[in-house]
Amino acid sequence: MAKKKFVVGCFDDEAVLFPAVKKVRTAGYKIKDVYTPFPVHGLDHALGMRETSLHTAGFIYGITGTSTALGSISWILAKDWPLNFGGKPHFALPAWIPITFELTVLFAAVGMVLTFCYLCQMAPFVKKHHFHARATDDLFVMVIECTDKTNAEDLKGFLASSGAVETDIQVAEDGWWLGRYDRDEVPFQKNQTVAA
Amino acid sequence: MASIKEQFEIPGKMKTWSMALIGIGAVALAIGLFTKGFSSDEHEQVHFWGTLMYNTIFWTLVCNASMFFICVTTLAMGGWQQSFRRIPEAISTMVPIFGTITFAVLIYVVASDKHHIYHWLDKEAVAKDPILSGKKGFLNPTFFVIWTTLAIGLWSLLGYRMRQISREADEAPMDQQSGASFIWRNTVRAALFTVWFALTVGSTIPWLWMMSIDAHWYSTMYSWYTFASSFVSGMSLIALWVIYLKNKGYLELTTQDHLHDIGKFMFAFSIFWTYLWFSQYMLIWYANIPEETVYFKHRVQGPYKGIFFLNLIINFICPLLILMKRSAKRNYTLVTFMAVLILFGHWIDFYQMVMGSLSKDHVTLGWLDFGILSFFVGMMILFVGRSLASKPLIVKHHPFLKESIIHQV
Repeated sequence: MAKKKFVVGCFDDEAVLFPAVKKVRTAGYKIKDVYTPFPVHGLDHALGMRETSLHTAGFIYGITGTSTALGSISWILAKDWPLNFGGKPHFALPAWIPITFELTVLFAAVGMVLTFCYLCQMAPFVKKHHFHARATDDLFVMVIECTDKTNAEDLKGFLASSGAVETDIQVAEDGWWLGRYDRDEVPFQKNQTVAA
Repeated sequence: MASIKEQFEIPGKMKTWSMALIGIGAVALAIGLFTKGFSSDEHEQVHFWGTLMYNTIFWTLVCNASMFFICVTTLAMGGWQQSFRRIPEAISTMVPIFGTITFAVLIYVVASDKHHIYHWLDKEAVAKDPILSGKKGFLNPTFFVIWTTLAIGLWSLLGYRMRQISREADEAPMDQQSGASFIWRNTVRAALFTVWFALTVGSTIPWLWMMSIDAHWYSTMYSWYTFASSFVSGMSLIALWVIYLKNKGYLELTTQDHLHDIGKFMFAFSIFWTYLWFSQYMLIWYANIPEETVYFKHRVQGPYKGIFFLNLIINFICPLLILMKRSAKRNYTLVTFMAVLILFGHWIDFYQMVMGSLSKDHVTLGWLDFGILSFFVGMMILFVGRSLASKPLIVKHHPFLKESIIHQV
């Protein structure tokens, strides 16, 4: 997988982060993501991310589950092997609704989990680069992807002037990465403490 | 908050419209009363009083659901509903008014011994019937009157106390201590209402008022089903008022995000209603015992077939498919449409619950139903409008108001 160069800016305050996101975006930089220790309301909006289509996928999985259940039960019980259950009609729809419901939920749930993992590029043995350990604790970590035209040093200065308490340049695997932290990169190698 | 329009002023048009609706309703009511209500024909009598019964019960329970909404959100320490909480409060002021009408109708039915409506009023039949004598402790006029009085009286009283305490938030800013005490007193009053609500709407009242029409039949799910019906209609009514006031330029602090959450309630409780509808139906269908299937016989296979399944389409398929999308719940036009549809659907549901048992051989839906409906809609618009105008629209100093202002979905 391809390695890419990123400029990382860490912020310790939401009130600073939001204007900084806006400034970075108006300056034309491409923000890969902002890693936060907790969900920050409105950040997806500020980053200009589009609405996820996960729920559309969920709806399609659900419909698939519904038709699988209804299709298979009706074929089995009404066509292929009709049995008499307590004098009920072969096409006993009310009795099938619970199964149909359960299969709908099952398909939707499992399908959405797998789709979510795929969209986030998560799978067993797939590794993710951690841009900053404190993104899980108390720092908002903004990661900007560098292109050929990006002057990383300038960008670092720009981030610092926008209120970042810490900035650095990292080269990291982007996307599906089947490597190992301990061999391919030493995690938390640098002394990642914030001066302030 | 200088730019907030705190005071609702009743537009002239609203007065005219509500008066017109009440007028139409009153005419229908009067014609119905003289041609049917006092008619010597039992069927006509049953038709009139039954129609009146399901309308009064429906509107009382729907308005009462508003107070239930306030109480449960208060108990859950909810903050998001504060920016529009004066609307459910105003709707719940209808409980004493509609409650009195319901009370009058039900007491008249019981006192004048209308055993064609409530079969258990017929003393001779009860004495001969082992099933009905077994239910005598619950289904008897004395208990009916006492429990009905208590139910309507306490809904009104506990709801009134809940609205009363909400007025304190208009007066002065609260410091931490007075705020905490305010929230605590709110919690206690909300808990009292909720407990009483559970003992009445959540269990006994629908059994007593509506299920006992089929005196032999019973379903323990019936009350939950009725509650789900009235609650989803109540949420739709709240949504309609919120949208109306937004369109008139009020409720600046209420945004699409609040509407989204109201829409979620409408969506979720439509599905909850269907869950109960189906649970009740499937168990009876599966067991196929005559004394249980008697309730569904003329609904599923008789003249009520159309209404019965239309009911399921309006109240389940439509909300499920239309309200599922996020953008739909944030769209004023679509939520208005769905709210009207859901209210109509559950009104039809109440219709078939009551009239489906009273008039088994033919569907009575006609001018009388819509006339009386217009009477209640007119009353609701008139009085809710008045009570909205009697108080500020914003609970200005409520400790949780900030949470509602920054609410985001």
